[in-house]
Amino acid sequence: MTAVGVRSTRRVSWVDRFLTTLRIVLIALIVVGLLAFIAQQIDNDNAFARRRNPGATGLTAAQVKGLFVTGVAQGAMYGLIALGYSMVYGVLGFINFAHGEVFMLGTMSGFIASTKLSDAGYWESNFIGSFLLIILIAILVSTATAVVMERVAYRPLRDSPRLIPLITSIGVSFFIQNAVLGLFGPNSKSYPQLPEWLAKNRTILTFDIPGTKIMVLVVAAVSMAGLWWVVERTKTGKAMRAVAEDKEIAALMGINVDRTIVLTFAIGGAMAGIGGILWGLSFRSVTHLTGFLPGIKAFTAAVVGGVGNLGGSMAGGVALGTAESLGPQVILEPLGVKGVSQLRDAVAFTALVVVLLFKPAGLFGERLSEDDRA
Amino acid sequence: MKLSRRLLVLLSILLSFTLIAAACGDDDGGASASSLDDSLGLVTVGSGEEIQIRSLEAITGDVAFLGIPNERGTVLAIADYGPIGGHDVNMGTGLDDLCSADGGQAAAQTIVSDESVIGVIGTSCSGAATAAAPLIAQAGMVMISGSNTSPALTSDLQGTAGENWVAGYYRTAHNDLFQGEAAATFAYDELGIRNAAAIHDGDPYTNGLASAFKNAFEAKGGEVSGFTAVNKGDTDMVPVLTEVASGSPELIFFPIFEPEGDFIAQQVGGVAGLEGVTLMAADGLLNDNYLGLPESAGMYFSGPDVRYGENTNESTGKTANDFLAAYEAAYGEVPSAPFWAHSYDATVLLLDAIKASSAEDGDSLVISRAGVREYLNGVTNFSGLIGSLSCDAFGDCGSQKITVIQDTDPTDVEGAKNNVVFEFAP
Repeated sequence: MTAVGVRSTRRVSWVDRFLTTLRIVLIALIVVGLLAFIAQQIDNDNAFARRRNPGATGLTAAQVKGLFVTGVAQGAMYGLIALGYSMVYGVLGFINFAHGEVFMLGTMSGFIASTKLSDAGYWESNFIGSFLLIILIAILVSTATAVVMERVAYRPLRDSPRLIPLITSIGVSFFIQNAVLGLFGPNSKSYPQLPEWLAKNRTILTFDIPGTKIMVLVVAAVSMAGLWWVVERTKTGKAMRAVAEDKEIAALMGINVDRTIVLTFAIGGAMAGIGGILWGLSFRSVTHLTGFLPGIKAFTAAVVGGVGNLGGSMAGGVALGTAESLGPQVILEPLGVKGVSQLRDAVAFTALVVVLLFKPAGLFGERLSEDDRA
Repeated sequence: MKLSRRLLVLLSILLSFTLIAAACGDDDGGASASSLDDSLGLVTVGSGEEIQIRSLEAITGDVAFLGIPNERGTVLAIADYGPIGGHDVNMGTGLDDLCSADGGQAAAQTIVSDESVIGVIGTSCSGAATAAAPLIAQAGMVMISGSNTSPALTSDLQGTAGENWVAGYYRTAHNDLFQGEAAATFAYDELGIRNAAAIHDGDPYTNGLASAFKNAFEAKGGEVSGFTAVNKGDTDMVPVLTEVASGSPELIFFPIFEPEGDFIAQQVGGVAGLEGVTLMAADGLLNDNYLGLPESAGMYFSGPDVRYGENTNESTGKTANDFLAAYEAAYGEVPSAPFWAHSYDATVLLLDAIKASSAEDGDSLVISRAGVREYLNGVTNFSGLIGSLSCDAFGDCGSQKITVIQDTDPTDVEGAKNNVVFEFAP
């Protein structure tokens, strides 16, 4: 064995030791936090629970369920956006950071359409019709944006190194954000109120769930099923999978690669548009910056689930949403951390680190070939 | 370029001296160029040239809702004011303070490199002012902000200068020292609340205000059972509300901005343990969109007195209602924050100061930088859109009155602004 070989072995083992320590520390933190949480839930005067968090009061069952439901609904929306990141990555191998803005444009167009419908009185009298109409409009706007973006910003860079479209996508993101700021102003814009029958809480399996969250979950599930059908059961989907596998061979097989890539952007955009409407109806507020944080979180969700894997992206979204909703209260608060709610983003990104430490390709990711990782 | 401008200034000053010497006695009682105080330098605006001022506001990013109406307030004020001594006033392109110290510093350096600039309207954020004000003041210019509220920039209102105070800095916004106390006094004395929670968003302004509320409320004997923060960009407020719900507060004070403030009001009803809690916010949410939200019904808001209505700016003769009509006509929307009125008044004060401290000299206008400051230091009972303005020795020119309003009917936003339930003056 040469000296170089020895040195590199030692360096690898040092890194390995560090990673192992990190794994142990993170797992220990989660386990201790969970145990302290359980202890405080059994009896909040418990010595174990009091040790780090003397003011422990515990959460009621309704509060824990509320956190869980809100996390799953939030996660389903992350998942819908994450699909777009994942699909583009699968086909072109770069992360389209402007995808968050595609989502924001869906929310924004839904706002414009819904206020117009509300002014005309149609929103209140026929909510289902209005809902379908704004979803349609948002899908059209988001899809058109994604397609134009591909044509103008990414196609000319198809043959350049992957870092170049990546940086371009950040530029596109800033461009769209500031164009919307210029066009619609900096005000926070509010969607009209939802009808009472939709917004009211319903009890399902002892969970008290607000109607809007049920709507989010149902629409997300239907969209996911539709996407799965397109990708797995149609000729277009087959073409997309073939292009993702190998562009040149796919072209030789008579597949129109350009058209397939445009379709990938279009479908990703449509999913973001649906996500945008769900977001708009859940939170009823939109600004030019609405796309930024959900975009980053959805990207995280795509990585957690295994980027390139569609089911994984949705699962990653739900896992991330639940983790950031429950994590601060269930793990950090019992550890005596103050003001835990502002740590939800930190929890989300720590969840990403934990997943990558144990499964570097993500929860459902496949190992990429050397060629794909280049 | 720089040299030639300096030369030009020198030449024109020499020229003005000779002209005045030649035409001695021509003075009609107004200031003459020779009588101007040149201790901070004189600026000569040549024939056909424009008077240069600048706007420095947070016009991009998540505080754009505050900075854009401020900038537009300045634009409209310049238009209403008209030319000074035959010279138009030019604001240049609106600059961005990025709501940060480095943004403020970079923009200030751009401004001071142009020696023809007399004054700056801005910044939007106190953090940006801390870095920008010293540079601008050192160049002999003045800076008047419509929305800085940090006590560090002026004084504690008891005669002690704040740590970031510099001569040449002025503001028409209120000093925030008392807003937290006003909110706590109202909650404790008027509403009879004994257990409250406060939520900020990590921003120095919201954090400072929430802390001031906490300290004042505890000093009165109340309990602050929850003190926490959300992240800017968060949408799901159920976790943070669940966190404060564990302390069973009777009131939640959240001096934050939109859209996070919207989410708290919308989601509070769905959190177990917060039924019937009283909501109170501050000037960050005091705008037409928020007051029009159905969920804001019954909420309290502390902040500057926004009953601008028929208040008239004595120099332009315009009322706040005139301004709002012009704003909507020009921009197709209502202002997203209430400090446009402060920026309008700030701009008019600057233009008045330029008018008072300048002298016409043939076709050109000579402006004394020291005179501009002297004028601003002496402002007393100026009637503006925000009410009566008087500048103290540390640049606080705003009316230091805090009011609490209650939004009883979200379909009537103007009614809500006029529904003052509590007034507090230090």
